[in-house]
Amino acid sequence: MPEQPYEPERAVAGTGMGGQMDLAASEATTVEEAPGGPSGGPSGGPEGTGPREKARSLWSDAWHDLRRNPVFLGSALVILFLVVIAVRPSLIASGNPLQCDLARAQDGSRSGHPFGFDGQGCDVYTRTVHGARTSVTVGVLATLGVALLGSVLGGLAGFFGGVWDAVLSRITDIFFAIPVVLGGLVLLSVVTSNTVWPVIGFMVLLGWPQISRIARGSVITAKQHDYVQAARALGASDARLLLRHIAPNAVAPVIVVATIALGTYISLEATLSYLGVGLKPPTVSWGIDISAASPYIRNAPHALLWPSGALAITVLAFIMLGDAVRDALDPKLR
Amino acid sequence: MGRYVIRRLLQMIPVFIGATLLIFLMVNVMGDPVAGLCGERQCDPATAAQLKREFGLDKPVWRQYLTYMGNVFTGDFGTAFNGQKVTELMGTAFPVTIRLTVVAIVLEIVLGIALGVLTGLRRGRPVDTGVLLLTLVVISVPTFVTGLLLQLLLGVEWGWIKPSVSAYATVDELIVPGLVLASVSLAYVTRLTRTSLAENRRADYVRTAIAKGLPRRRVVVRHLLRNSLIPVVTFIGTDVGALMGGAIVTERIFNIHGVGYQLYQGILRQNTQTVVGFVTVLVLVFLAANLLVDLLYAVLDPRIRYA
Amino acid sequence: MRTATHATWAACAVAAALAATACGGGGGGGDKAVLTSSWGDPQNPLEPADTNEVQGGKVLDMIFRGLKRYDPETGEAKNMLAERIETRDSRNFTVTVRDGWTFSNGEKVTARSFVDAWNYGASLRNNQKNAYFFAYIDGYDKVHPEDGSKQSADTLSGLKVTGERTFTIRLGQTFSTFPDTLGYPAFAPLPRAFFDDHDAWLRKPVGNGPYTIRSYAKGALMGLRKRDDYPGADKARNGGVDLIVYTDNNTAYTDLMSGNLDLVDDIPAAQLKNVRTDLPGRYLNEPAGILQTLAFPHYDKDWSGSGSEKVRTGLSMAIDREQITKTIFRKTRTPATDWTSPVLGADGGYRAGLCGDACEYHPKEAKKLIEEGGGLPGGQVKITYNADTGSHKEWVDAVCNSVNNALDDDRACVGNPVGTFADFRSRIGDRKMSGPFRAGWQMDYPLIQNFLQPLYYTNASSNDGKWSSEEFDALVDRANGETDTATAVGLFQQAEAVVRDDMAAIPLWYQNGSAGYSDRLSNVRLNPFSVPVYDQITVG
Repeated sequence: MPEQPYEPERAVAGTGMGGQMDLAASEATTVEEAPGGPSGGPSGGPEGTGPREKARSLWSDAWHDLRRNPVFLGSALVILFLVVIAVRPSLIASGNPLQCDLARAQDGSRSGHPFGFDGQGCDVYTRTVHGARTSVTVGVLATLGVALLGSVLGGLAGFFGGVWDAVLSRITDIFFAIPVVLGGLVLLSVVTSNTVWPVIGFMVLLGWPQISRIARGSVITAKQHDYVQAARALGASDARLLLRHIAPNAVAPVIVVATIALGTYISLEATLSYLGVGLKPPTVSWGIDISAASPYIRNAPHALLWPSGALAITVLAFIMLGDAVRDALDPKLR
Repeated sequence: MGRYVIRRLLQMIPVFIGATLLIFLMVNVMGDPVAGLCGERQCDPATAAQLKREFGLDKPVWRQYLTYMGNVFTGDFGTAFNGQKVTELMGTAFPVTIRLTVVAIVLEIVLGIALGVLTGLRRGRPVDTGVLLLTLVVISVPTFVTGLLLQLLLGVEWGWIKPSVSAYATVDELIVPGLVLASVSLAYVTRLTRTSLAENRRADYVRTAIAKGLPRRRVVVRHLLRNSLIPVVTFIGTDVGALMGGAIVTERIFNIHGVGYQLYQGILRQNTQTVVGFVTVLVLVFLAANLLVDLLYAVLDPRIRYA
Repeated sequence: MRTATHATWAACAVAAALAATACGGGGGGGDKAVLTSSWGDPQNPLEPADTNEVQGGKVLDMIFRGLKRYDPETGEAKNMLAERIETRDSRNFTVTVRDGWTFSNGEKVTARSFVDAWNYGASLRNNQKNAYFFAYIDGYDKVHPEDGSKQSADTLSGLKVTGERTFTIRLGQTFSTFPDTLGYPAFAPLPRAFFDDHDAWLRKPVGNGPYTIRSYAKGALMGLRKRDDYPGADKARNGGVDLIVYTDNNTAYTDLMSGNLDLVDDIPAAQLKNVRTDLPGRYLNEPAGILQTLAFPHYDKDWSGSGSEKVRTGLSMAIDREQITKTIFRKTRTPATDWTSPVLGADGGYRAGLCGDACEYHPKEAKKLIEEGGGLPGGQVKITYNADTGSHKEWVDAVCNSVNNALDDDRACVGNPVGTFADFRSRIGDRKMSGPFRAGWQMDYPLIQNFLQPLYYTNASSNDGKWSSEEFDALVDRANGETDTATAVGLFQQAEAVVRDDMAAIPLWYQNGSAGYSDRLSNVRLNPFSVPVYDQITVG
């Protein structure tokens, strides 16, 4: 990669100055670092050499990195595959997930039914493939919603502090106090539609406080960084500070928590179904199948294994993707 | 600092009122609890009316709320449907759950941060991959299943533990349930620590510390870890309340009669008194935990100051 | 053995925690003759007239004995505290209480013990959920006005104490089998202590049965011990029973497997496949007086019109009961062929096959009948059930799959869970059901009357579908007035045929009681109410 050679030099230079742990000196460092480093900015890297012909923003830098990262490509492929089978499950599973014959309940695999049968005698393979649509939709959309709402509110609270922080944080506290079971039974039992939207909405409503607190903590730390102070001293606006300087440095914990939460939301959907307020049959989802197969783990572990496995692969793909994106966004690792 | 704490303590009042009101309304929206009290039959109308009168359910919601809050301030949290005082229920449930939560949090801190440091310093190595796979298992297999499996293996097959926790619920009995309870959070803590660590590893102060010739251990613990802990501490802080109120599954598997169980029962039976009482205490725990976390920020990062 | 020592240690810890028994030294272990048994937290305070579910009933059955007792084996109502109950007209009864009975606190059981208890149970003021059991007695409308207005009397005018050991009962109507209902726990006698210091009694109930309560930690454990001065013939054959509250029957089962618990009377469905290998020879699966049905909202025009009975019959024929009871329930339930229960016995009114073809699996005919009846309302039936108790999801899904396969339509039938039991009951009470819903009936006493009248009589307390038939009501009235038991049973069966012809509710299966126990125990059996007969169990 072309920018590799000069990178360590700059880093070493930075170390030298920051090493005194002296506020003035650090500020000096970040004055230099801010435009070229995390923010990118129109001026581009001051030391920009040959291959970097035009100025690149942080995001295009990141994209440049990602395209070459095998971890990113691998996880993106898996996610693409999931999206394809979510849209057209019949491409790889032609059977009917609702066709169940109790006489075959808990049977192991046999020809034409590679994953065996579940407790109701439904084909596990067909159900696992057809379950992707609901589960991936719920997982991804709920995570996106939670991450967006949570980081915006948490970010604002952390950045502005004072009254903003007090009000937003206390609202967060109140939402935190609602037990999931109670929230589910109250908010979802009045819903009659059997679509994923109420479930996603519910998860966003109860899920954002967690991300919000994480984002708030991150922003409070990032706000203290020297380059942020420097940028502020140079007269950067609040919006610019937040978006250009703080967000990229505060986003890592949010990504970590969100990618793990993705998996827990897919499971939470099952919990809601178990409580009788989530998605109802004939909807097919991994969550529903996992919770139905759980009690039978001693006799029919395969019925649990496959949908859980699908869930694990999905979570893995998103965790790796998140990791790769985070690395790409971190100028210090570049 | 002192003024900050006082201000935060004062802020608890509106949160307390807001949360109790919200929960109170939610339980009320659920409908008529008396309908579920007579088994598979209709309560006879006279008894049903009488029961409603006794529980105060015949009054408008705002009156019910005011009466309830009035009672709470005199220390009376009401009575559950089975005739037990809610304070009595709390008295038995909270000590058990607090022990369970402490066990879980300690495991989270010790195991989670240790694994996080290990993987953060060895990114991409087999250890890192191994821990990632473990993380995946924990996330994708429901707690219900991990709990049952541990119970079967350790309790029945190998006989290392008792499969269920006695009414005593001593700390040693709670280690396995605590591990199950902490498992998902462990995954979060591990990955948060790992990421934070990786991010700060190249920070200037770390290079300085290394350049100064400090021993590696000291660098990691004093410089790197301390600066990486803010997101982790935030997470653990938010987790305290979630663990206390959300241990429904774990408490059920190991037959622990704690807060999660009482809250769940209260919700299913639509017992306003139990639910609001327990949630009220949980809210206080949240608030305290959050305040503590915010104060820890300043300890971990001296640049953060509270006026 | 590690497991074994662990178990004893556990038993000791629990006992020590509750200061109930002293753990012996030496070899360790508590009172060897005491067994531990799984229990559920009773929903209501343990007053006899306020306990309407099995878990509370279990305790009442150990600490109380009533005028009658149902034979643990046959279910027949036999005199217990009653020396005799006489009547000439099936309306006025004279009861003589046996001499020599005492409560465990030494107080004598007299006629007054019964009359006071019943008056307490019937009185609206006391909020007793079983009050309606006293509704047959004259004067009930005064002490328990149905409209909730102020009660105009404190005691039932139909009850009169005529001597220390005799009292008379006058009913509001003739009811020939009334004495046989007196084995229900609501009719238990109560000591004066109950009225004098009610709170203290509730903390530690006192009764006249073969066991006394030694310690009671609500929500956790109840220690019952054998009563040495018990005057009855059914003296406890063990030293006592520790009932331990479990929130999940699977945990109790695991504890049983690991030697941590002696008796589990509710084997989780998921473990039934392994139970014979886990507990070789120590597993019980015995018929109980429980019938599961699908009820219908007869107030909804979709289900009340002509032809709807064909749709209901068609649905019934689309359910493969054999397969479901075999696969889902592992034969702990038996396909139902009538609307009562085998525990009644042929003399008691059970008639196998009364339902005929309509309760057998005939997919083709099912499809035809449903089409003849005008098809499923809206093209789809939703079977409503509550999700919070009793894991109904599995069988509802299986029933739906069976219906869908028979009708060759993926979406003909879907399960429709409701979050809480209270919400489920509210919807039933408010007549908000739009399709079939789960209904279960556990008998209060082993009489055919109890399987029919509360469920299908116009406006009866458990007639959830609001089904109504003049013919049925008339037959039941006649049967109740009949003094000859056999004739009465015959009339009830005629009434049952009316239910069948309209398929008022679809009978699904008879539920068995199932239990497993440790190798320390012998003589374990379940009574027709699916409760272990504790007093007969021997330990060691």
